[in-house]
Amino acid sequence: MSDPIGSGVTQGQAGRNLPPLRLHVPEPPARPGESADFTHFDIPAADAAPRPDETTQPGDMRDLAYGLVRVLDEDGAAVGAWNPKLPPETLLRMLRTMALTRAFDARMFRAQRQGKTSFYMKSTGEEAVSIGAALALARDDMCFPSYRQQGILLARDWPLVDMMNQIYSNTGDRLKGRQLPIMYSAREAGFFSISGNLTTQYPQAVGWAMASAARGDTRIAATWCGEGSTAEGDFHSACTFASVYRAPVIMNVVNNQWAISSFSGFAGAEATTFAARAVGYGIAGLRVDGNDILAVYAATRWAADRARANGGPTLIEHFTYRVEGHSTSDDPTAYRSAEESSLWPLGDPIARLKQHCIALGIWDEDRHAAMDKELAELVRDAAREAEKNGILGHGLHHPMESLFEDVFEEMPWHLKEQQQQMLDEWKAAGL
Amino acid sequence: MTDIQHMNMIQAINSAMDVMMERDPTVVVMGEDVGFFGGVFRATAGLQAKYGKNRVFDTPITECGIIGVAVGMGAYGLRPVPEIQFADYIYPALDQLVSEAARLRYRSAGEFIAPMTVRSPFGGGIFGGQTHSQSPEGIFTHCSGIKTVIPSTPYDAKGLLIAAIEDNDPTIFFEPKRIYNGPFDGHYDTPAKSWAGHADAQVPTGYYRIPLGKARIAREGQALTILCYGTMVHVVENTVAAHGVDAEIVDLRSLVPLDIDTIEASVRKTGRCLIVHEATRTSGFGAELLAQVQERCFYHLEAPIERVTGFDTPYPHSLEWAYFPGPVRIREAINKIMKD
Repeated sequence: MSDPIGSGVTQGQAGRNLPPLRLHVPEPPARPGESADFTHFDIPAADAAPRPDETTQPGDMRDLAYGLVRVLDEDGAAVGAWNPKLPPETLLRMLRTMALTRAFDARMFRAQRQGKTSFYMKSTGEEAVSIGAALALARDDMCFPSYRQQGILLARDWPLVDMMNQIYSNTGDRLKGRQLPIMYSAREAGFFSISGNLTTQYPQAVGWAMASAARGDTRIAATWCGEGSTAEGDFHSACTFASVYRAPVIMNVVNNQWAISSFSGFAGAEATTFAARAVGYGIAGLRVDGNDILAVYAATRWAADRARANGGPTLIEHFTYRVEGHSTSDDPTAYRSAEESSLWPLGDPIARLKQHCIALGIWDEDRHAAMDKELAELVRDAAREAEKNGILGHGLHHPMESLFEDVFEEMPWHLKEQQQQMLDEWKAAGL
Repeated sequence: MTDIQHMNMIQAINSAMDVMMERDPTVVVMGEDVGFFGGVFRATAGLQAKYGKNRVFDTPITECGIIGVAVGMGAYGLRPVPEIQFADYIYPALDQLVSEAARLRYRSAGEFIAPMTVRSPFGGGIFGGQTHSQSPEGIFTHCSGIKTVIPSTPYDAKGLLIAAIEDNDPTIFFEPKRIYNGPFDGHYDTPAKSWAGHADAQVPTGYYRIPLGKARIAREGQALTILCYGTMVHVVENTVAAHGVDAEIVDLRSLVPLDIDTIEASVRKTGRCLIVHEATRTSGFGAELLAQVQERCFYHLEAPIERVTGFDTPYPHSLEWAYFPGPVRIREAINKIMKD
C-alpha cells in the first residue's frame, strides 16, 4: 500500500485489490485572477415558481426548496404568482430604505478606514434580504438577526445616530461600549442583541416563538444566519425544536456564497440547496431570489401568515451575493475572482427595484440621483452628530467603573473589590 | 405556610418548582424526560399534570437547543427552569450558557436578560462512570455573569432553588445526586442511609428562600476550617466525627456569589484550612478558595492550606472509590494540617 501521508499512518490491508479512497475537498469555481463563470446556475424564469396556499403541508411543496421564488423579471416587471402587488408608496419606501442602508454602510466603512472605529461590516448587495423581510413582518414581531441585517433597524426607522454611537463605542452608546461595532441591540425595535458567536440566535428565536405560542400571543419571531453557519449545531437544534413544537418562527438563511474566504461548498452547497435542509426536518422550505426585494417580501409574508395561522415554521434560503469583503478585516481579492460581483446573474437589488419603479412610472433617474444625494447628506449629518459623543479610542467613552456594571443585576463583592482595585491603581499611577 | 413535611432532596426540589410555578405564571420547566415521566430522577414528577404541557414539557435531546430556547424564552419574559439530565451532558450547551446566557445582560447593557435556572444532577458516588459522575462547577465559576449554587440538604435545596428561580441572572443549580435519597458518610460499603430522621429533611411545604451567597456553618469548631459543598459536606461531617477533631465545617452553598465573609472569619479564628471537593484538582474551585484564603488570612495561618479533591483523571468506574475524596484522604489531610 502506498503511504500518501508519508507519516507511517497505518494503512488498510494490502492486496485486497480495491481502488484507493479519495477525499473530496471542495474548491470554488474561480480564484483570484481566474474568470468567474455563473452559467452553471439554473435561474428559472421569474414567473416559474408556483405559490402554494399558506396551509400547505411541507411534504406537498418540496419543489420550492430546490427552485427559486422570483417576482421581478429581466425587464423589471413584477410577474407570477408571488407578485405581492404592493402600492407605490411601499415600493418607494423599500427603495429608499435600501439606498439609505447602502449610504450608511459607505459612510461607516469610511469611518473605520479613517480610524474612527475598529470594525465594520457592509451589507452591499444583500439589502433586500433584511429590508424586504422587515417590511413584511409586523413592527412588533421579534427579530433575532445575525451581523449583516442592519437593514432591519433602518426599515424600522431606528435613529441613525444611535447606531453610529454604537459603532463609535462612545458616550452615547447605549451598550456602554461593550460590543464590537455593529453588534446592535434595540429592544424597542424588536431587535435582539447580536452575538458574534454564529447561529446562537437560531434556537433563541425558536424559544421566543415557543414562548409566544405558549402564552397565546399573536407575535412571531424571525431569525437570520449565513449559509456558512448552517453547519453549526445550533442551526440543527433550532430546526428540530421548530419542527417538533411547530413554532411560529421564520428561519432565514442568507446564502451570500461566501463565509469570509470559504465558499458555500464548505457548508454543503455542492450537494444540495440550503432551503432543502427544511425537507429533512419536515418544515416548509422556500428558496428565494435574495436580490429581488419583492420576492423576499412575498416569501416572508407567506411564512408570516403561515406562522400566525399556527401552521408552523418556514425556512427561507435567500440566494444572494456578498459584494464586499466579509468585514473591514479581510480583502476579498485575496481569495475570490474580482469578476464575480459584476457577473452575478441576479443583479443588484437596488438597481432592480429602481428599474421596476421607473417602468411603473412612479420614479425616474433624476429623482433617484436626488435621493442618493439627500441620503448621503442625511448620513453625513448623523455621523457628525454621533462624533460629538466621541469616536473609539479618543477618550470619550463610558466611565471606567462601568466596566463592572451589568455583569449581574446586583454587583457582588468580588466585582466591587476588583472595581475599587482598578480605580485605586489608576489613581496611584496618577492617571 | 408553616406546614412542615419530611422530604428527601428530590421531593424538596420538586416542591420548590411546584411552589414557584404556583406563584409565578412565567415559570416554565423543560428538559429531556421531564414532562409526562417526571424526569429520570423524578424531580419534576406531577408538574406537567398540574400545570399543563405549555409550562412543563419534554424536549429533543439537544442540550444546546434546550439552553438556546431557554435564552429566547427569557428574552420573551418567561422564567425558564431547564433540566440538563446529567451535568456530564452540559458541554454541548456550553456556548449558549457561557457566551449567551451569561453575557446577555452585559452585552445589551440590561436590555435583555436570561433569568434561567439550569438544574442538573452532578457528582459521583453512584458507579456512574465517566459520563454520569462529573463535577464541572469550576467551568462555570470561571465564567463571568453566571451564578453557581450547590445544596447539601433537602431544606437548603428547596430554599436555594426558589431563590435561584427568582433571581434575574442565569444560575447553574447542581444537585448532588449521591445524596438525593439520603446523606452519604463516604463509606460506600455500608448500607445507604435515607433522609429519615435528619433535621434538614424537615421542609416547609410553602414558600421560603435562602439567599444566594450565604454559607452555612454545618459544624462549629476551633481547630481548623473545612470548606466544602454538596455531597462532601456529609462525608466531611462524618469523617470529622470519627476523627474527633474540633473542626468548623463551612457548607458554601453558593460558589458564585461566594460568602467570603464567613470563610474569612472562620479561617481567622481557626488558623487552619482544608478544602474538599469532588471535582478534579487543577484549576478547580478549590484553587480559587485557596487563593482567597491566602490573600485574606495569610498572617492568621498556622499551617499550609490543603486540598482534598478528585484526581486529574477522567472519572473512573471500577476505581471510583480510589478517585472519590473519601474519609481516608480527608483524615490524612486533617492530620497533616494539625501536625504543624
